[in-house]
Amino acid sequence: MVQNAPTLPQTPEQPSIWRIALRNRSVFWGGLMLVIIALVALTGGLFTADPMDINPMSRLKPPGEHGLFGTDQLGRDVFSRVINGARISLTVGTAVAVISIAIGLFLGLVAGYFRYMDALIMRVMDGLMSIPAILLAIALISLSGATLLTVVAAIVIPEIPRVVRLVRSVVLTVREEPYVEAAIAAGTKTWLIMGRHVLPNTIAPLIVQATYVCGSAMLTEAILGFLGAGIPPEIPSWGNIMSEGRTFFQLTPWIIFFPGAALAVTVLAVNIVGDGLRDSLDPRIARTMR
Amino acid sequence: MTPILDIENLSVSLPKGADRPFAIQDITFSVNAGEIVCVVGESGSGKSVTSFTVMGLHDKRALTPVAGEIRLEGKNILGASAAEIRRLRGEKMAMIFQEPMTALNPVAPVGQQIGEMLEIHTNFGAAKRKAKVLQAMRDVHLPDPEKMYHSFPHQLSGGQRQRIVIAMSLVLEPVLLIADEPTTALDVTTQAQILALIKELQTRRGMGVLFITHDFGVVADIADRVVVMQNGQIVEQGPVAQVLGNPTHPYTKMLINAVPSMTPPSRAPVAGPVALSAANLNKQYGSLGLLGGGRVVNAANDVNFQVRRGETLGIVGESGSGKSTVARCVMRLIDPTSGEVLIGDTNIATIAESQLRQHRRDIQIVFQDPYRSLNPRRTVGQSITEGPVNFGVSPAEALERARRLMSIVGLAPEALDRFPHQFSGGQRQRICIARALAMEPMVLIADEAVSALDVSVQAQVLDLLEDVKEKFDLAMLFITHDLRVAAQICDRIMVMQKGIVVESGPTAQVFANPQHPYTRALLSAAPGHSTFDSKGGASAGQAAPL
Repeated sequence: MVQNAPTLPQTPEQPSIWRIALRNRSVFWGGLMLVIIALVALTGGLFTADPMDINPMSRLKPPGEHGLFGTDQLGRDVFSRVINGARISLTVGTAVAVISIAIGLFLGLVAGYFRYMDALIMRVMDGLMSIPAILLAIALISLSGATLLTVVAAIVIPEIPRVVRLVRSVVLTVREEPYVEAAIAAGTKTWLIMGRHVLPNTIAPLIVQATYVCGSAMLTEAILGFLGAGIPPEIPSWGNIMSEGRTFFQLTPWIIFFPGAALAVTVLAVNIVGDGLRDSLDPRIARTMR
Repeated sequence: MTPILDIENLSVSLPKGADRPFAIQDITFSVNAGEIVCVVGESGSGKSVTSFTVMGLHDKRALTPVAGEIRLEGKNILGASAAEIRRLRGEKMAMIFQEPMTALNPVAPVGQQIGEMLEIHTNFGAAKRKAKVLQAMRDVHLPDPEKMYHSFPHQLSGGQRQRIVIAMSLVLEPVLLIADEPTTALDVTTQAQILALIKELQTRRGMGVLFITHDFGVVADIADRVVVMQNGQIVEQGPVAQVLGNPTHPYTKMLINAVPSMTPPSRAPVAGPVALSAANLNKQYGSLGLLGGGRVVNAANDVNFQVRRGETLGIVGESGSGKSTVARCVMRLIDPTSGEVLIGDTNIATIAESQLRQHRRDIQIVFQDPYRSLNPRRTVGQSITEGPVNFGVSPAEALERARRLMSIVGLAPEALDRFPHQFSGGQRQRICIARALAMEPMVLIADEAVSALDVSVQAQVLDLLEDVKEKFDLAMLFITHDLRVAAQICDRIMVMQKGIVVESGPTAQVFANPQHPYTRALLSAAPGHSTFDSKGGASAGQAAPL
């Protein structure tokens, strides 16, 4: 009998994924910006004037003279509209990220783990990827009318293949790991293997991917709004505000400038968080950065 | 005479928070012209840090030379500028690495890669460069250099690639060649050829060679002098005959004793019931396609064997011999193309996965790589109890069983709450053995289970495997490329080449009287064979290399 009393080092437990992430400076500051933007979006509506309130007496007033960001051609307060628009942008960004990650994660796991499903799923994904979001949105809206749901669906569909590809590539490498084979040999049921041994490996890259999806979804939503193919025009989304301000933008640039700046800052914050997450969660990069 | 390489009191520090303050500490040795000096040690001994520091290739953020000198032909190169070091590399000293595939650029023809050395360091014209490259390729005995000049690395075999790397490092005729485990990734027969080549080139050119290895067999074959390192310090150095024949430091003695002997101990035939048998097992990769245009590889071709309870059957072969394919077919990790695999009376080769699951517990496997065999996100306890819980054992009972098994494999039961990264390679392999035993199997497959371990740890894990085989009356299928390990643990062995079993029989008989030419080639290529095992086989445990 070999007796080899092990000397076990007193190393701490593996730190959680969030703790690793928050150690990164860009995750911290970008995250802080996002939290502030989200707070403003959630509670800002309580303190501002009604964004729909029409005031024909003070139309197209510059910032400062009437309201912080001026007024538009119907005399509505641009500041209030921008604050309330944040809710729409963040909702669209988050919803698209969550839905496309959820669907993509499922399809990617199936495609990567079951060889016979791989070709089928991936060819469908190739097809989806060739559809431009804007074209799809116009088609969906002409079929079922402009709602938040159609806009989200139109942006989600072309995003799914990107998530599926990412998940599939992780699954393909992990399923060859000896510990997965050991689990097969131990008689573990397939869905348990996927949940226990395969899925956790996809979490870190998916969190990163989610931020990029979120950022690009907010941009696409604004573009759709600008083209008039997005959220119904009566709802003040940033894209809609800019679309309405287009007519007068040479005379009254503030109607377009403020929602544009808000959009840029929000997408920037999301992307900073995404970059930071990639640096801290991708083991290959993290090793060289530390 | 000035030595070519003179290392004096060299210390290289590790960053704060490492497990020790110095990667190498106060080491002194030299390499003379026309001499091969082997630096030998286990992982973490600092042998590679030594070679990388000489080449100036060490990771400059983590490793800092803090004391001592490295003199190349009398000139201290530790303080040399980056440009000077760059010029010295290639012209004065050159290095060959362990993995010949990653040491070559996959998208450039090999001839061009050798020529690049001349392009950078000389002002020869294109015609002269090509002539030099072809000469260098002839020097390393590559067949048909004119044609191979335009080949890409992936078109060559591992041995040929390593020859290209050697040609590349020697084309500028450096005075010092540093070889960092240059044969570790190669098969034994290829390894023997590469070692002979290095020796031949060294003799012809009179250069000094600093040869890093973990393998005492290689040391015995090639070294003039030996430097033994442990934890960053030199524990013993001297001429090869002295260090191997009459080691003075306990660590050297332990290393040499831990090396399995090529002489199998005599073993009585095992008469237990047959636990596992394979009949006409075939595995083909690829398919001929509809028109027969495809390519088919017979990874396993008509393999037949039986393993009894209490018996160890070794499957021995080089890479690509199909030995792992057989193991994976038997485990049904891959589906065999045809044939039978019987566990007890059940043929598991063809049954559906749902029916197979209940038979999985009877046959368990320990893999080669201890770092990838355990899920890093799950505690050791979770890994060990996963299997029994799958088969209806209550979690509490499974945990109790895991505790018992942990002490059987020589680990503290409290360690069940820890994660795999808190264990060393050898400890992880013990955990994998405990995980396999938790299923209470009849058959245990060890797929190169000790190949990734240091020689001293390897000996302990081999003892453990032997021990649990006895204790649980297991039938063991032991897959290895290492004849020395096979000699020690196997009752019978089966030699495979290109998917075909070329020879099988009791271990002692196969080693004493090999019938097939391939078996004979394998036996004579085992490093250190001529030095150690020709002494009438009496050297068991005394000076046997690995």
